[in-house]
Amino acid sequence: MKHIDESVVQRRMKSRIRNNMILKQVFFVATLFGLFFLAVLLIRVFSQGISWINWDFITGRLSTDPDRAGIMGAILGTSWLMLVVIPVTFIVGVGTAIYLELYAKQGKFHNFIATNISNLAGVPSIVYGLLGLTLFVRTMKFGNVVLAGGLTLSLLVLPIVIVAAQEAIRAVPQHLSEASYGMGATKWQTVKKIILPAALPGILTGAILALSRAIGETAPLTVLGIPALLIPFPGSLFDTFTALPMQIYYWTLDSSLVAEYAYLAAATIIVLLVLLFLLNSIAIFIRNRFQQRY
Amino acid sequence: MAANGGSNSGAVNVREMIAEKKKKKNLSNFTEKIIPPILFLIASISLLTTVGIILTLITEAIEFFKRVPFWEFYTGTVLKPMSQNPEFGVLPLLNGTLISTAIAMLVAGPVGIMSAIYLSEYASDRARRVLKPMLEILAGIPTIVYGFFAFTFVTPIIRYFFPEVEATNILSPGIVMGVMIIPMIASLSEDAMSAVPNSMREGALALGATKLETTFKVVIPAALSGIVSSFVLGISRAIGETMIVTIASGSSKNFTFDITQSMQTMTAYIVEVAGGEAPAGSTIYYSLYAVALTLFVFTLLMNILARYVSRKFREEY
Amino acid sequence: MSALSENQKIRVKINDKEVNESAASEEKRAVFQTKNLNLWYSETHALKDINLEIKENEVTAVIGPSGCGKSTYIKTLNRMVELVPGVRITGEIKYKDKNILDKDFSVEELRTQVGMVFQKPNPFPKSIYENIAYGPKIHGIKNKKILDEIVEKSLRGASIWDEVKDRLHENAYGLSGGQQQRLCIARCLAVEPEVILMDEPTSALDPKSTLRIEELVQELRKDYSIIIVTHNMQQAARISDKTAFFLNGEVVEFDDTDKIFTNPSDQRTEDYISGRFG
Repeated sequence: MKHIDESVVQRRMKSRIRNNMILKQVFFVATLFGLFFLAVLLIRVFSQGISWINWDFITGRLSTDPDRAGIMGAILGTSWLMLVVIPVTFIVGVGTAIYLELYAKQGKFHNFIATNISNLAGVPSIVYGLLGLTLFVRTMKFGNVVLAGGLTLSLLVLPIVIVAAQEAIRAVPQHLSEASYGMGATKWQTVKKIILPAALPGILTGAILALSRAIGETAPLTVLGIPALLIPFPGSLFDTFTALPMQIYYWTLDSSLVAEYAYLAAATIIVLLVLLFLLNSIAIFIRNRFQQRY
Repeated sequence: MAANGGSNSGAVNVREMIAEKKKKKNLSNFTEKIIPPILFLIASISLLTTVGIILTLITEAIEFFKRVPFWEFYTGTVLKPMSQNPEFGVLPLLNGTLISTAIAMLVAGPVGIMSAIYLSEYASDRARRVLKPMLEILAGIPTIVYGFFAFTFVTPIIRYFFPEVEATNILSPGIVMGVMIIPMIASLSEDAMSAVPNSMREGALALGATKLETTFKVVIPAALSGIVSSFVLGISRAIGETMIVTIASGSSKNFTFDITQSMQTMTAYIVEVAGGEAPAGSTIYYSLYAVALTLFVFTLLMNILARYVSRKFREEY
Repeated sequence: MSALSENQKIRVKINDKEVNESAASEEKRAVFQTKNLNLWYSETHALKDINLEIKENEVTAVIGPSGCGKSTYIKTLNRMVELVPGVRITGEIKYKDKNILDKDFSVEELRTQVGMVFQKPNPFPKSIYENIAYGPKIHGIKNKKILDEIVEKSLRGASIWDEVKDRLHENAYGLSGGQQQRLCIARCLAVEPEVILMDEPTSALDPKSTLRIEELVQELRKDYSIIIVTHNMQQAARISDKTAFFLNGEVVEFDDTDKIFTNPSDQRTEDYISGRFG
C-alpha cells in the first residue's frame, strides 16, 4: 500500500514552486529598498547642494547671509579634531590590542576586558558626550576646545580600532612569530618587527574606518556645547572650534527660518560625504593592496 | 675549506659579534621589562572609560534624585523642566524613545531579515559581492545626514499625503532610523545564516524541499540566535540614536501615542538641555545625568541580552 | 685587526680540535644531555622520563608515529614548546653543562645558539635579504657591509645563493616551497648557531626538493650538530648517524642508525621500521 499519493504531491508541488519564485522576488525587492533609499538620499542632497559649492563657499567664513556663508571654519575644526583622534586612537587602540592578544594571560581578566570593550562599543555616542562634558570640559577645565572634542571622539571610536587591531594581529600566522622566536628574538622584537608590520594593513583599515565614524559624529559635540557662531579659525588644541556635522546641524535646524540654509546644509553634507568617501577609498585601497596572503 | 660554509670561514664571525653585542644588551632587557606594564596602562584606558562613564552618570544622578524623588521621576508623565514649577517625569521621554524605536524596528526588522535571506540564500556570488558593500554604505552615512533627510524630505512627503501630520513628528525620524538600521540587521543576520553549514541545506533540498522551505525550516531555525541578537542590537542602536530624532521630532515633551505628533526621546532631551547651557548645579542640569543613566542602562541591558542570546542559543553544528 | 682575530680563531679551532681529539679517542662531546624529562600539555602527559644524550657534530634523527612526542621533544630543546599555553616541564636538559630549563636561563641566548627549521617553510613576508638579515639585526649587528657578507655567506651555506643572488630584494614569497625551506635554513645559519633543530623540514616538499635538503644536511653536519625529526624512515636511514625512536612519549630505543635499522634490540622498533604500525 502506498503512503504517498503522487497526484497530491504533483498538485502541491506547483504551488510550492510558485511560492518560492514569488518570495524570491519579494526578498530581492526588500534588498533593493535600502539601496533605493540611499539613491534617493544622495540624489536629493546633491541636487540641493551642488550648485552652492564653489571656492568661496569652501574657503569662506561663516555668515548669516546665505550668499556669503563659507565653511572653512568647520573644515579646519574637523581637521583639528582628526589631528587629535588619529594619534590617540592609533596608539591606545593598537597598544590595547597588542596587550590583549599578545601579553595578557588568557583567562577571566582577559575576558573581562574584552566584554568591557564590546559593551563600550554599544554605549550611545551621546553618553560619551556627557562623559566628555563632565571630564574634559568641566573637571579638567579645557572648555569646549579642540582637545576636549578630540579626546571625546577618540574614546567613542576606540572600541572600533581595538577590535580591528585585535583581528589583524590574530590573523598573523603563528608560524611567523615562531620563526622569529626561533632566531632568539625577544618578544618585543618579534612584536615590533614581525607581527605589527604584518598586521599593519588590517590595523590601518580599521583605524581609517574609525576615523570616518568620528568625523561624522554630531551628538557628542552638541553635548560639549560646540558652537556654530562667528568664531575665529582654530589655531591650536586649546581653541574653540566648530565642525562640519555641527554646521550641518545648525543650518538644518534653522532651515525653517531661512529656506536657503537647507541648501547650505546640503552643500556641507556633500563636502562631508566626499571626505568620508575619500577616507573609505583609502581604507579599501590599503586592504586590497597590502593585505598579505599567507 | 672553500666548501666550508660554516662558522669559521670569511672575515666575519657572527658568533663573536653577537656575544660582543650581548654585553651591551641591558638596554633591550630594560625595554623588554618596561613594555608589558606600559601596554597594561594603555589597555586600562578602556576600563577607565567605563568607570568614568558609570561614575559620572551615577554621582550626578544621585544628586538629581536628592532633589526629585526616584519614584516621581520614573512614574511622572509630565516633563516641564523650564517652567516656574518644574516637573521631572521621565515617562514622556521613555515613551518617545520606545515609539521611535518601535517604528524603526517595524521598518528595519522585516526589510533587514528579507535582505539577509536574499543575500545568504538566493543571491549569486556576484550579486552578493555588489549588493553587500552597497548596503554597508548606508551604515556609513553620518546620522546627521539622515536627520537632515528626514526633516527636509521625508516629513514633507508624509505631510503631502497626510496633511494632519505635524512639521516635527516621531513617524518620519522613526522610519529613517529604521532604514539606517537595515544594514546592521541584514549583515549580522546574513552572517548567522551563512554560518549554517551547507550540509544541512543539502539535507533538506535532497528531500525535494524548495529553497524557500529550506530557508524557513532549516536555515532560519539554525541561525535564530544570530538573527535575534541582530534584532536586539538594532533596538539598542535605535534607543541610543540621537541626531535624527533631535532634528526631525522636535522638542515637545508630549506624553502621547499619536505618532503624527512631535515627541522627545531621551537622547534628544540630553541634546536640548546640554546645548542650552543649563547652569551647572541646577536641577535641570542634573536631570541630564538621570536621563542619560536611564538610557545607558537600557542600551547596556540590550547589549548584554544580545550577547547572551547569541552565545546561549547557538546551535551546535 | 682582522688578521689578528683570524689568528685567534685558528688558535681556538686548534684548541677545539685538541679537546675534541682527546675526547674523540673515546667519544664526541655531548651537546644536549636530557635527564628524566617529563612534559605535560595541561592534562596530557606528552613526554615521559626522557633520557637522551645528543652528540656534537652528528646528525641525530628522531622518528616515531604521529603524536609520539618527537616534535614536542625537539621543541623543548630550544624551549619553543613554552609558546603553547598550559605546558608543564620537569627534569633537566643540559646544554653545554647548563640546565636550559632553569627559569633564569635566557631563552633568547639559547635560541641564538640552537637554531630551528620548521615543518612548513615560514619565511617572513619580507625580501630575501631582509629574511636573512633579520637574525643578525635583532642581535644588534647593523653594519650594512657586514650584513651583506653574512647574507651571502648564509645563502651559500644553504646552497641557494646562485638561485637568488640576482633577486635578493624581492619578496621571499616568490620562491618555490623547496627554495623557501632552504631560505629558512639560510636564515637560521645567519646567526651561526651551534645546533640546528629540524622539525620534519621536508614534509611539505616534493621529492626533488627533499633530496636537495638532504644533501644540504650532509654539508651542514661538518659544522653543526643537527637534530632532525622525520616521518620518513628512509630519510632517517640516509642522513643520520644516530636515531632515537619515540613511542607514546617514551624513548623506546636510541642507538647508531645502522644498528636501529638493521638490528633493533626492541621488538616495537622493529615493528615500526618494518611498517607494521604508524
